[in-house]
Amino acid sequence: MTKLLAVALAGTLLIGAGVANAKDTITVGMVLEPPGLDPTAGAASAIREVTYANIYEGLTRIDAKGEVQAGLAESWKISPDGLTYTFKLIHGVKFHDGTPFDCSIVQFSYGRAVAADSTNAQKQLFEPIASTDCPDASTAVIKLKRPTALFLFDMGWGDAVMLSPKSVATNKTNPVGTGPFKFKQWIPGDRVELERNPEYWGAQPKLAAVTFKFVADPSSATAAVLAGDIDAFPLFPAPEAIDQFKANANFAVHTGTTEGKTILALNNTRKPFDDVRVRQALAYAIDRKALIEGAQSGYGAPIGSHYTPGDPGYIDLTGVYPYNPAKAKELLAAAGIKPGFTITLQLPPPTYARRGGEVIAAMLEQVGITAKLVPIEWGQWLDQVFTRTDFDATIISHTEARDLDIYARDKYYFNYSSAEYKALYKKFVEATDPVTQTALVAALQTKLSQDEPNVFLFALAKVGVANAKLKGLWDNDPVPANDMTGVSWAE
Amino acid sequence: MTTYLLRRLAILLLTLLAASLVVFIVLQVLPGDPAALMLGTGAREDTLAALRARLGLDAPLPLRYLRWAGGMLLGDFGVSYTYGVPVADLIRQRVAVSLPLAAMAIVLSTAIAIPTGVWAASRRGRASDAAAMGVAQIGVALPNFWLGILLVLAFAVKLPWFPASGFPGWAAGPRPALAALILPAIALALPQAAILARVTRAAVLETLGEDFVRTARAKGLTQRAALWRHAVPNALIPVVTLLGLQFSFLLAGTVIIENVFTLPGLGRLVFQAITQRDLIVVQDLVVLLACSVIMVNFAVDLAAAWLDPRLRASAT
Repeated sequence: MTKLLAVALAGTLLIGAGVANAKDTITVGMVLEPPGLDPTAGAASAIREVTYANIYEGLTRIDAKGEVQAGLAESWKISPDGLTYTFKLIHGVKFHDGTPFDCSIVQFSYGRAVAADSTNAQKQLFEPIASTDCPDASTAVIKLKRPTALFLFDMGWGDAVMLSPKSVATNKTNPVGTGPFKFKQWIPGDRVELERNPEYWGAQPKLAAVTFKFVADPSSATAAVLAGDIDAFPLFPAPEAIDQFKANANFAVHTGTTEGKTILALNNTRKPFDDVRVRQALAYAIDRKALIEGAQSGYGAPIGSHYTPGDPGYIDLTGVYPYNPAKAKELLAAAGIKPGFTITLQLPPPTYARRGGEVIAAMLEQVGITAKLVPIEWGQWLDQVFTRTDFDATIISHTEARDLDIYARDKYYFNYSSAEYKALYKKFVEATDPVTQTALVAALQTKLSQDEPNVFLFALAKVGVANAKLKGLWDNDPVPANDMTGVSWAE
Repeated sequence: MTTYLLRRLAILLLTLLAASLVVFIVLQVLPGDPAALMLGTGAREDTLAALRARLGLDAPLPLRYLRWAGGMLLGDFGVSYTYGVPVADLIRQRVAVSLPLAAMAIVLSTAIAIPTGVWAASRRGRASDAAAMGVAQIGVALPNFWLGILLVLAFAVKLPWFPASGFPGWAAGPRPALAALILPAIALALPQAAILARVTRAAVLETLGEDFVRTARAKGLTQRAALWRHAVPNALIPVVTLLGLQFSFLLAGTVIIENVFTLPGLGRLVFQAITQRDLIVVQDLVVLLACSVIMVNFAVDLAAAWLDPRLRASAT
């Protein structure tokens, strides 16, 4: 026992996963169990990580690179004014419950999302839609109230999938979509099982069955992958265990990017954060490389604005506020902040916040600011920080893709308000040609970097471990998803 | 005896009423709106309002309490906000994991602890007694989640005898289901057994010094016979009382162990429900757990009375 203990604690216990030949099933590990399996009735990423592209499909879909691809619409035309989208729908698609897919389904699905009693977590995505018309069963004409640059991307979100009217009420427990996998069973607290849909309209997936297994504890997750109980853990919760998987030829470590923009969010209406010099000082005071090392075991990419390196139109602004404590002190002094000034830092449960908070507090101490750390759970964070905006600063990762719009909202929890930014954003969404769009995306990033409403820290990395024989897993996480359509086992 | 039972029943009902009120009020005071937690940071105010209305959260507090408590009295536990299924079904599925787990742990810890305690008492002061109690002392200090991780590393990773985590479900047959429960049951049982063994030893030692044991020895009974026939039965009352207390600890212990082993039991359900503000599930479970603790205490009282006729007389 003593020997075993020593071996285990040294972290060198390396056991290969069982050798599988001609395997056509996979068990995928996830930290959180989804609260229901209806992506149109909840915001939890876990819902999409089980169902996106596997069970449900939308008119468009987001691929592994974060680009828009054809989904249930095989092609589309956009009118020159950017107001009319004509989608040509794929013919002969059937839902798992037998309902045929046609234009009436598009009308139903989008109509349901904007209805007064809709509980769609991203209702604002559908807000630009003025009408959905069906000239024939396989054509959907969508008219918008105003040009919307990201419309095709938005309709690829998990919240915008097509639903069968017959089964829509029970999707939470018995999801029905048009996807390559059908729901088989859910053992609450343990796993969700999917099986191949033999009547799928597209190419048949190579996997015959997919099981999503929920393991919340980091050491249990490590043990389950080592023991071969779990074949792939795409968002692996124990970064400190990654090295032992790297050293073992039976496993592959997948590192990629996510849309998670981790920021030190500041309450822009509360003193002294209403002073841009203070916000810039905080940006100079934080060594992002050291922070990523300390809070995320080195996984993550520094960011200089509210945009990640994988996003289209990204510009590198990480050099605007290089680590420079002397400059930070100078700016703080100019703003009248005396050494020993105390701020409160609210830390929600994820590691990036809890560990990141400790690292940031140490860095702020160097420039004469004392950060009082307050760990809080999600419910309280949503209530106190997000809804009532009763906070100084908090660390949070914004995981929604390309969400530059949150800085243009009239009221959002960090209380940034800039008429100039709002005008720029309006120009961006209404721009119809790609060149102008790209230029405006750059202008938006630059404006945010200048005003530094929040201190932009780093993009969360996607660090996954998997059996080395698995092919086709997504490296990046452009939208929350575990798309299993292209996954297979090597011979 | 009838008045005794009636009085116990009245206490049970009052306690449940108090527990239900306390949990309801605490959950209202606790910050965190279930609708906001479900819909996240992108949700609009009208969407949140629609969901609150759908969940019945827009009604005034006293009405919500009466709806819930009244429903429970009629056997309607409500529908989980997050899972969207009746809470009664959720609890039924989870009890099918937690109850066998707790039972295995109790049986295991009793089977280890009582013989060890009695044996150590009979060899008081010798090296073997010291060794057994030394091991027990370590067992008392061992956190069960850490023991659980060690067991997984040893018997799931190093020696692939048991699954590392998860539960296949009873539908998969009793063998794989029991195999999934063995390591967690051991992790729960060992620290409990350590405490129980020490208490058993102390209780037996106490009775061994009593006059009636000396009388039994004087009558010519062997040391062994006197121990098992006279000392052990009289030492059982504190042991049974402790077992009752341990059952409550076991319920708390399952919250941690079920997370370590990813078992879909009541403990994990409570944990998930609290973090996701699935208020109705938390409320139901707290009342249910309060109820089971009271029932177990009641059973312990009855067992103590059965073991000691003097208590029976005072109970009536």
